[in-house]
Amino acid sequence: MKILVAVKQVAALDEDFVIREDGRDVDADYLIRDLNEWDDFSLEEAVKIKEAATEAVEVVAVSVGPEEVDESLRKCLAKGADRAIRVWDAAIEGSDPIAIARVLAAVTKREAPAMLFAGVQSSDHAFASTGIAAAAFLEWPHAAVVSWLGYAPGAKSTVFRRELEGGVLHEVEIQSPAVLTIQLGINTPRYASLRSIKQAAAKPIEVLSPADLGLAAGDVGEAGSLSRVRRMYVPDKGRAQLFEGDAAQQAKRLAEIIREFKGEST
Amino acid sequence: MSGVLVIAEQRRGELRPVSLELIGAAQALRRSADEVAVAVLGTAPEQFVAALKLAGVDEIITVKVAAAEFDPDTFEAAVGALIAERRPAVVLVAHSIDAFGYAAALAARLSLGFATDVFKVERIDGELVATRGGYGQKVNVEVDFPGRSTVLLAIRGSAYKAPEQAAAPRVSAFAAPPTASRSVGRGFSELSAADDVDMSAAEFILSIGRGIGEESKVAQFRELADAIGATLGCSRPIADAGWLPKSRQVGQSGKTASACKLYIAMGVSGAIQHLAGMKHVATIVAVNSDSEASIFGVAKYGIVGDIFEIAEELRRYF
Repeated sequence: MKILVAVKQVAALDEDFVIREDGRDVDADYLIRDLNEWDDFSLEEAVKIKEAATEAVEVVAVSVGPEEVDESLRKCLAKGADRAIRVWDAAIEGSDPIAIARVLAAVTKREAPAMLFAGVQSSDHAFASTGIAAAAFLEWPHAAVVSWLGYAPGAKSTVFRRELEGGVLHEVEIQSPAVLTIQLGINTPRYASLRSIKQAAAKPIEVLSPADLGLAAGDVGEAGSLSRVRRMYVPDKGRAQLFEGDAAQQAKRLAEIIREFKGEST
Repeated sequence: MSGVLVIAEQRRGELRPVSLELIGAAQALRRSADEVAVAVLGTAPEQFVAALKLAGVDEIITVKVAAAEFDPDTFEAAVGALIAERRPAVVLVAHSIDAFGYAAALAARLSLGFATDVFKVERIDGELVATRGGYGQKVNVEVDFPGRSTVLLAIRGSAYKAPEQAAAPRVSAFAAPPTASRSVGRGFSELSAADDVDMSAAEFILSIGRGIGEESKVAQFRELADAIGATLGCSRPIADAGWLPKSRQVGQSGKTASACKLYIAMGVSGAIQHLAGMKHVATIVAVNSDSEASIFGVAKYGIVGDIFEIAEELRRYF
């Protein structure tokens, strides 16, 4: 029994970043990379299932990206993944989430897991699309924003709760194999121990190309995408009026606003 | 390929307000000859027709399906069949939890142009252009859809205004194909209230976020909230960590600060999901050590500084 966990190495902007010359992305030198916050929770969910199971469960982390993504995959290995797979080729550059989903679906077909987990969304571009699009390519049942999961390895169906707007939960039963996108807060992700970080460093990361997975050149990159970035720019933001002075003076202004509000409402 | 197809959203017998905002978004990209059709799915979709008779709507399409509530297989099959028959140039859905569950699958299956969390739609030289945020909303990203005859867009809540005036669009019924759904809904529940606070009724909220750093710091902000007469709220990470009950979480999946008039956010960076629950508040004061934090984009007043120091200084006045 196997659970595949799709993870993404996200990028945050450095304080002083510049837009690339072609105007379609940020210069990569100004990006700070890390494992997507949501993926920490979906990996933990898989590892928890593995630890609670009576049968052997293998947790495999998969990511699409260049060599630097190995750092995030090592994090997954240190936190309990048994194996890691990275798919890359220069042709994948410029892929939108749908093209990435096609790659993930191809890996999933090869690995044939009982479940594919993905994060609800990524903290950088927040498409909230990749996992569910992969389900379409796989023709698997799927559900998004899972905040509670009662999955028993090998079961033909599983019960979970979707976290809806406004603090409402929707309980659903779904056939497996399925693709589930996992919400923050479903569990408490563990910290990797020094020992497990050391062990993870020695574990191999399997590297595949789209061709290894039977994908054609047109399946990935801009050709395999449903959208194209036209322009990226820094918006003119509505900006708060900042209080000047030191902390004492700033707090005084804030106290005045509170007093004024209370005067109005009482 | 012409016209705009809006997919209205309903849950437990109520039309979700964001559905009407989609009608507003449709006006921004309709060309002169385009019609705007609004489809609503359900076991008894007729019940929503009256509420959809709004200015800017040319046609309301009722789609009777077997599932009373949202189900991905049902929606993909029904909306997919509707797109195949009507061949619209643009399909608009809400960037909502339900749409998270089916929009990307529909786009992938039908090879539709596709973008999510779109807050601006326009036509530039005749081409459809959608704008969304990137890198944690620090930049705007314009995307287009070369070669796609139908484009599916998931529109962010509050980005467009719902029409207010009534109209008399024609009403038709669409026969959805029968679907063998692979999941079945078992019911709804509310998050259990761990305390009796009602964030949506609070007029004055002091909200804390990740910036407080550790659980032991919660107490001093609770004490501060009491002293200044505010209801203590929080952003998602604080509730997820269990430092405050979920009932105090403000945001998309938590509570909306509906009655709030003064909102002080301390150490809240301003994730889009949090902003969804509070950005409408008339007076927002943000205190954050990161001058680039998104919260300053919606706040009226801001303090760039150490939240503990400000909290301590503020305490002296109450």
